[in-house]
Amino acid sequence: MSLGLISDLVLVLLVLSLAVWMNIARTAYRAVVGFVAYGLLMTLIWVRLAAMDVAMTEAALGSGLTGILLFGAASRLAPFEAAERARAPGPALRLLIGLLCTVVAAGLGAVVLLLPEPAPTLAPLVAENLSPTGLQNPVTGVLLAHRAVDTLLESVVLLPALIGVWSVAADADWVGRPSALPRPPASEALTLLAQVLPPFGILVAIHLVWIGADEPGGKFQAAAVLAAMWVLVMMAGLRQPPPVVARGWRELLVVGASLFIAIGIAGIWLADAFLAYPEDLAKPLIIAIEVALTGSVAVFLALLLAGPPAGAHRREV
Amino acid sequence: MRFALDLFTIVMVSLGGLFFLAGTIGLLRFPDTLTRLHALTKADNLGLGLVVLGLLAQTSSPLGALNLVALWLLALLGGAVVAQFMGAAVRPARWRTGGVSGAREEEGG
Repeated sequence: MSLGLISDLVLVLLVLSLAVWMNIARTAYRAVVGFVAYGLLMTLIWVRLAAMDVAMTEAALGSGLTGILLFGAASRLAPFEAAERARAPGPALRLLIGLLCTVVAAGLGAVVLLLPEPAPTLAPLVAENLSPTGLQNPVTGVLLAHRAVDTLLESVVLLPALIGVWSVAADADWVGRPSALPRPPASEALTLLAQVLPPFGILVAIHLVWIGADEPGGKFQAAAVLAAMWVLVMMAGLRQPPPVVARGWRELLVVGASLFIAIGIAGIWLADAFLAYPEDLAKPLIIAIEVALTGSVAVFLALLLAGPPAGAHRREV
Repeated sequence: MRFALDLFTIVMVSLGGLFFLAGTIGLLRFPDTLTRLHALTKADNLGLGLVVLGLLAQTSSPLGALNLVALWLLALLGGAVVAQFMGAAVRPARWRTGGVSGAREEEGG
């Protein structure tokens, strides 16, 4: 048995047992701890599958930022957990749920195993048509040229998500600042980290956007790193989250998608199709969209984590 | 020269691996959170440092070497901060009041 196969087997076993552990964990908090570790193991699996772009997204978004979101939710749910457990479904219903989940999992497994050999793929087509975009990274090529409309929708969908979060605020709290981020007790170590790490994080984010054209990386990973730095600064208490009525931040939120749409519409005249790029300008336009979207997505992610605005009277509690 | 560099890498990475192993055993066997943290951070910092030191001999460009060293420094920072943070969360209540040194307070009270 080769060394690679052994490490793959260990990874798969770890992921499976962690998944079981998450499901039987007694408190939501424990389950979230398991979920974050699960995300890091999934990252390693994506690396083993040579899907570096997916691995980076999983580490930054799937495990990191989602982890913070779930930790926040778990700590708010903690007071009600005992009461919820008393109302949990009986053994028969739970068995039924387990069976249905198993059927779905088995069905998905069967679909993957029954794929024709070789599996249907558009990869050669992408590789053939990558050169007009001036990019080297096929993932960025697909995201911003071949399937640009999907990416556009993905970046626009963050807006209704944020509106959804903000809309749970009471009218009186509307002028307040978001307050959902966990605020650990003041600690010199955390302050130091929040002061030292952000310059490195910003550098890493710029690097990720820049190499995204040619190597694994890109706007979503970079935006997640930027958002993480900002959230760290807010959690350490060095900066307050901005009030949701602040105009400047709102403009920053929409600038990325607006530029994307503007360039897309310009493509109707310049390249004969919506979201098409003129041949010689493709790469600079794609990079401009990536940079603008990085800024917008970073603010979106950080504000999604920061939660709905709360009035001053609530923040004291 | 090549052989010497490869030998250096093998020795250093193996030493680093040894520290990781020791740290893991410490994590599993030590009695309480503070001593476990001690085992973990010491072993991680030193273990990763030795692995990085070993890999430095395999880099072809100064930029790659700088990358590795930066990686180690960031891991050091992260490990130290997390250890401080968790330590502060679990330290016994009698250490918590006022002074820097826990021992002095114990003498006094």
